Amino acid sequence: MDQIFVPRSEGEVAEAVRWALAGRHALAISGAGTKFGWGRPVNAVASLKLAQFSDIELYEPEELVLSARAGTSMSEIERRLAQHGQQLAFEPPDFGPLFGTPAGGGTLGGAVACNLAGPRRIHAGAARDHVLGFAGVNGLGESFKAGGRVVKNVTGFDLSKLVSGSFGTLAVMTHITLKVLPAPEESRTILLLGCAAAAAIGAMAAALGSPHEISGAAFLPAALATKSRIVSIAGAGVSVTALRIEGAGPSVAVRAETLRTLLGVRGAIGELTDVESRVLWREIRDVAPFLNDRARAIWQLSVPPANGAQVAGDVARQVDGECYFDWGGGRIWLSTVSETIETAAVIRAAVAAVGGHATLMRAGDAARRSVAAFQPLSGAEKHLVARLKDNFDPHRIFNPGRMYEGV
Amino acid sequence: MRMPEPDAQTIARKDEIVRSLIALFRADEGAAVIHDAAQLRAFECDGLSAYRARPLCVVLPETTEQVSRILRYCDEQKIKVVARGSGTSLSGGALPLADSVVLGLSKFNRILDVDYANRCVVAQSGVTNLSISDAVASEGFYYAPDPSSQVACSIGGNVAENSGGVHCLKYGLTTNNVLGVEMVLIDGEVVRLGGRHLDAGGYDLLGLVTGSEGLLGIVTEVTVRILRRPETAEAALIGFPTAESAGACVAAIIGAGIIPAGMEMMDRPAIHATEAFVHAGYPLDAEALLIVELDGPAVEVAHLRDRVAAIARSVGANSVQTSTNEAERLRFWAGRKAAFPAVGRLAPDYFCMDGTIPRAKLPIVLTRMAEMSQRFGLGVANVFHAGDGNLHPLIMYDINKPGDLEKAEEFGAEILRLCVEVGGVLTGEHGVGVEKRDLMGEMFSETDLNQQQRVKCAFDPDSLLNPGKVFPTLHRCVEQGRAHVHAGELPFAHLPRL
Ligand SMILES: Cc1cc2nc3c(=O)[nH]c(=O)nc-3n(C[C@H](O)[C@H](O)[C@H](O)COP(=O)(O)OP(=O)(O)OC[C@H]3O[C@@H](n4cnc5c(N)ncnc54)[C@H](O)[C@@H]3O)c2cc1C
Repeated sequence: MDQIFVPRSEGEVAEAVRWALAGRHALAISGAGTKFGWGRPVNAVASLKLAQFSDIELYEPEELVLSARAGTSMSEIERRLAQHGQQLAFEPPDFGPLFGTPAGGGTLGGAVACNLAGPRRIHAGAARDHVLGFAGVNGLGESFKAGGRVVKNVTGFDLSKLVSGSFGTLAVMTHITLKVLPAPEESRTILLLGCAAAAAIGAMAAALGSPHEISGAAFLPAALATKSRIVSIAGAGVSVTALRIEGAGPSVAVRAETLRTLLGVRGAIGELTDVESRVLWREIRDVAPFLNDRARAIWQLSVPPANGAQVAGDVARQVDGECYFDWGGGRIWLSTVSETIETAAVIRAAVAAVGGHATLMRAGDAARRSVAAFQPLSGAEKHLVARLKDNFDPHRIFNPGRMYEGV
Repeated sequence: MRMPEPDAQTIARKDEIVRSLIALFRADEGAAVIHDAAQLRAFECDGLSAYRARPLCVVLPETTEQVSRILRYCDEQKIKVVARGSGTSLSGGALPLADSVVLGLSKFNRILDVDYANRCVVAQSGVTNLSISDAVASEGFYYAPDPSSQVACSIGGNVAENSGGVHCLKYGLTTNNVLGVEMVLIDGEVVRLGGRHLDAGGYDLLGLVTGSEGLLGIVTEVTVRILRRPETAEAALIGFPTAESAGACVAAIIGAGIIPAGMEMMDRPAIHATEAFVHAGYPLDAEALLIVELDGPAVEVAHLRDRVAAIARSVGANSVQTSTNEAERLRFWAGRKAAFPAVGRLAPDYFCMDGTIPRAKLPIVLTRMAEMSQRFGLGVANVFHAGDGNLHPLIMYDINKPGDLEKAEEFGAEILRLCVEVGGVLTGEHGVGVEKRDLMGEMFSETDLNQQQRVKCAFDPDSLLNPGKVFPTLHRCVEQGRAHVHAGELPFAHLPRL
């Protein structure tokens, strides 16, 4: 890496971009670089790191809004919100440890660029659903903004959605405004013990189709349950289906009781305390069951929830690995022993059969170069993606190839 | 309101274009092309009826394949296309252009799949918003975004406008509830974005298309998330002596960590207009009225009801009434839901504005609006999605009075400028359309708008889809980047590096 830019102002970001533009240098864009392993390797001569461009510039709890510089650390934002009993409802995972960096290092820009979402996605949405607006620099070195600071806003195209999940390939975000929400007073988790995967999907569907506002629905097979730090889960000896209920105290108590009855007919029931509940969902969120096995590749699949068990079964028949479900079966975390193109083909075929996408989250460098990390695009979509790239970053300066070859 | 100069040559070719469009339908399909003046009248405007134009013709396909053929033809012939769902847009989004073909989706009226296991419904884009909820009501489910126009507006129109409703404070807008679309691009290509799973595996094109006002493609099919109906819902009517105290109440409720299912405010003129119309039992002595809806399990609703009532009293509410049964809850809402027709009885015409402001600015905005009302000599009543700061001033005027329309337009523009001035935006849910098009510069710089227009170029390089909407000036999609690249002076010595 010839140059490492560490801008401290929006102007410096734009200048770094113009420098790259003038020399047609590829720039690797990052916040704190905690998720570098996600996506294809980027060949860049220079890197632009936003982590020093940090500050919470506006936080109005009663307006449910927070604006910060893109390099602001997520832990700082979460700390500030917690002081006011608020949170980022999309429950952003901390993927640092997954990619071998310490916990708590990620930045806001990275969270949005990767469109992070945790278990609460099913109830509250992903990062994309909470970005109200942003300012940034496009690949022509121009500073621009989109969106605003209010929740309801349809003024112009929703570019906030487009940059969420664009992995720094369209624009360098400098400021981001988020919708924030009150944190629930209480969190409780009901456990259904000993279900097979398909039965667990059925149980989760019943719970999610109930009026009890389930904010987390996950399934850990017996072998992965043992890895939990929660004693009752690790020692269960069987699979664990976990359903989370959050909200005001009296409401949580009643919903938990009703849910126990609803699920009781399906097997043995357990329950976690508020503290245990928070630990478990953090483990599920951060892919903790797979953290210790660094040799394996990790995939994230998003499929129609009712098809979760089918997809997992299809893959398991052909590929040596392990998986668990979040999002009621809609998100499958999969770790595989092999990381070949053939393995990827099996996984993608299983997903294609039901609709959805598969992302290679973590793999060795060779695999990251040869296997498509993001779901390959159909013809028309591929064309649109290339044209969007042309219209934000025509000279392919930003993170070239991070998502797709040539983009 | 100026629209792009119609192309005389295209207009002169009307008969040939109509014949060609008819010929695009196969014999067994039954062509549906409306081209005679009398029948076209029904398509001259949308919900913003002050603006009208007669299109060349209206074509009403019923399959995605037909849409694809029509668009391919229009693309080849460089004919403009305006998509139309149910025509309830309040921003002129579906306003035809004199040299355009209107592509109506009224025949896309089937629900294709109800999938309880995945908690979603797949519907053709012309299906009305309410019929989605109706289709799943027997199993206790519903589709959450509920625009007041829900009996009429189409789900495709909702996607195009990213519509909201009184419950979007808690349940989100269209964009938070759509899982997938099938869309036809201007060159006739069909793309499927999303599906029954969550989030994109790459760029969030679905999120981009939602709210794009018919400028990027024609949506033919929509997959939406459905939710189980809450066990109970209850509404409270709270009267306040001032708009400030009502605003303080909203802030205090949210500050206490409560997100009600809906939180609507009405000002004195709106209270009086609706009370006279539907007799909902609103307190006529109040300067501002809040309707706070709570939903969930009965215990939760009861718990929150007491907290909301206590908060309301602590900020000086005059009266708090809580609905004790479903009929009463609906009655509390009846006034709010009838606000538009109620105001319609007070004046021959009205404009419904749609700015959003940071909630704390409400008192100042209301005060300044009252001043404007005096100055323009036009009445204004306010209904307000208070929880999320979305303001709907209804400006009353008489289109038959010379100068009234222009005054109303200027009044509306001043309100929207004020919204932007206090940190808000031009439109919360109705879209830019033609109505707010020329105000875009109040909120966005030239560079901001250029970046958005380049997104348009990626989808529709010849700007054939709904031109003249959203963007104040039409740009040609030229090669990108040439003019902007300055030879950078290396080595940027003062930039901090590691
Ligand atoms: C009385 C009344 C109350 C209203 N209340 C609300 C409210 O509470 N909340 C709210 O958000 N809105 C409200 N609206 C506004 C309006 O109903 C919404 O914007 C609605 O989503 C428009 O749907 P439509 O089918 O009528 O679309 P149209 O008016 O036909 O079209 C709207 C725009 O969408 C485009 N479009 C339509 N269908 C498609 C398609 N299939 N593919 C691509 N583009 C398409 C059109 O080109 C146009 O730009 C209200 C309107 C009225 C008249």
